[in-house]
Amino acid sequence: MDFYQVLQIIIPSMIAYAAPLIFTALGGVFSERSGVINIGLEGLMVIGAFTGIVFNLMYADVLGAWTPWLSVLVAMIAALLFSTLHAVASITFRADQTVSGVAINLLAVGLTLFLVKKIYDKGQTDIIAETFPRIDIPLLSDIPFIGPILFSNGYYIAYLAIIVAIIVWYIIFKTPFGLRLRSVGEHPMAADTMGVNVTKIRYQAVLLSGAFAGIGGAIHATLFANDFSHTTINGQGFMAIAAMIFGKWNPLGAMGAALFFGLAQSLSIVGSSLPFIKDIPSVFLLIMPYILTIIALTGFIGRADAPKASGQPYIKGKR
Amino acid sequence: MSKYFYKLTSPLFAVILGLLAGAIIMLVSGYNPVEGYGAMLAGIAGDSYYTGETLRTIIPYILAGLAVAFAFRTGLFNIGVEGQLIVGWLAAVWVGVAFDLPKIIHLPLAILAGAVAGSLWAFIPGFLKAKFRVHEVIVSIMLNYTALYVTNYLIQNVISDNQDKTERIAETASLRSPFFESLTDFSRLHWGIFIAIICVFIMWFILEKTKTGFELKAVGFNQQASEYSGMSVNKNIILSMVISGAFAGLAGAMEGLGTFGYAAIKGGFTGIGFDGIAVALLGANSAIGVVLAAFLFGGLKAGAINMPLQTGIPSEIVDIVIALIIFFVASSYFIRWIVQRFKKGAK
Repeated sequence: MDFYQVLQIIIPSMIAYAAPLIFTALGGVFSERSGVINIGLEGLMVIGAFTGIVFNLMYADVLGAWTPWLSVLVAMIAALLFSTLHAVASITFRADQTVSGVAINLLAVGLTLFLVKKIYDKGQTDIIAETFPRIDIPLLSDIPFIGPILFSNGYYIAYLAIIVAIIVWYIIFKTPFGLRLRSVGEHPMAADTMGVNVTKIRYQAVLLSGAFAGIGGAIHATLFANDFSHTTINGQGFMAIAAMIFGKWNPLGAMGAALFFGLAQSLSIVGSSLPFIKDIPSVFLLIMPYILTIIALTGFIGRADAPKASGQPYIKGKR
Repeated sequence: MSKYFYKLTSPLFAVILGLLAGAIIMLVSGYNPVEGYGAMLAGIAGDSYYTGETLRTIIPYILAGLAVAFAFRTGLFNIGVEGQLIVGWLAAVWVGVAFDLPKIIHLPLAILAGAVAGSLWAFIPGFLKAKFRVHEVIVSIMLNYTALYVTNYLIQNVISDNQDKTERIAETASLRSPFFESLTDFSRLHWGIFIAIICVFIMWFILEKTKTGFELKAVGFNQQASEYSGMSVNKNIILSMVISGAFAGLAGAMEGLGTFGYAAIKGGFTGIGFDGIAVALLGANSAIGVVLAAFLFGGLKAGAINMPLQTGIPSEIVDIVIALIIFFVASSYFIRWIVQRFKKGAK
């Protein structure tokens, strides 16, 4: 197997593994840019994964090939609704945002496993029949050399993740909503003085983060797990948080980091069949995203600073 | 009076609301909540075996709760208790497997190894916070996963020869208690319960009776003021994390040396570290509060095992209840607001 063939296996798999991380990390960017820490991304992904799989199992006969797309959509709505809990607790009731996020994670796992046992009477769901097909993008995959690496044997939804990251970058840095979002996260009082509704923006941001994490969870479950159990989402939410920090709270940076972590994940899984890589113990690939994030935070790779007001509830009139 | 009133009522309120919400969820999903909670109570203290198992569950809950609470008092959120616990578990078992010593040396050495491993793991976020002002929450979350994967790797490739768990620890390093076993119909209750109680006392003593404890709490209240009055904020941050990590490591050692007697590869977290956050929050970060909260949550967890057996209700209902209790405690502003409304209404 030569190097070019190795790339043909690794690159599509990297983009696929990165897709859930990209969506979820973008959600994290929205929430944290508005000043609300969202440790609950993991739990929101769990909700997305559960909803996606259950919807897929229920409607696969009726919807056919459209099932995975619609299940992602339904998962998005479910996680958005679930994230209102975090929004209400951390914005309106001024709860400690980290604590509320921890509660979201525990609640999501408890609730979904409770429902799985209730519906299926066992610890995991059945295997889904309809998943995203692997495709070659027309025209682009015919480009010599890079076509077979970048645009073949992939998933539409994975490419969509990259496009969405660019759109989110545009929204956050080029639109009035984005400006308000960032100002609320940096200095809510100043934003409030200028007539920005801090509470409203923060609610929107947290709900967006729920929606995006829901998409991420559903994609991960549909593509890689094919069913739902307690290990379906196992750290992907926290890895998305890592990607967000590593990308310095910038949507494109987060996307880049997510792609990199996707590479690590895919190597740790398909790497055992590849030359060179199979000699690296997979534990190094597994822990690399986390270790790199810690190093990024300490400032060895350019300092990563959170939005200034992140973690603090905004109380009108308080200095 | 009103300050103590809130301190007591809001956790109580949260527990009641959480249990109520659990009952509603059971009702909506077509189960009988009275039967459900009945089965849970039977699972907590139905006979001496259940009582033993409940107390056994409470041991790591007390220690994990102490770990979170101790760091909280210095203004630090140690979300990494889970990782420190896993590391402590492995270290204690490793010492238990690898050495051949008389019990009087071997057991304390194994326990100490757990505590030290937990401390070292917690030292990293403490040091990075002190030195680089990096938020301890993110670092310790990342270290949780690092701990999970590294310990799995060590168990599989270094300590054992491609097995999914280590050998059993030597009898000289075991916390197993034939006395408790005979008393509780062969439950896994072990001597660790005394270690947990001693640690509760240690935490109370450090925080309330020593100069170090005063400094730790001062840093938690106001870093600038502490710095200005000559305390080293950085030193206290690291110290607080290290002590917190020692409690967490001990929690792991209790599981390794007492409950299981080995360390196995884990597909996911034990959950004890995260439940420790719930314990500390509900216990208002005080030593005695942690004990009470650990009894509650440990009891809920232990009792939950009986629910599917007796009534067919999935035991996860208890995880839902615990998560909701955390929500309600965290949103105590909301409870206060209701109480105040209620008072105004009464006038």
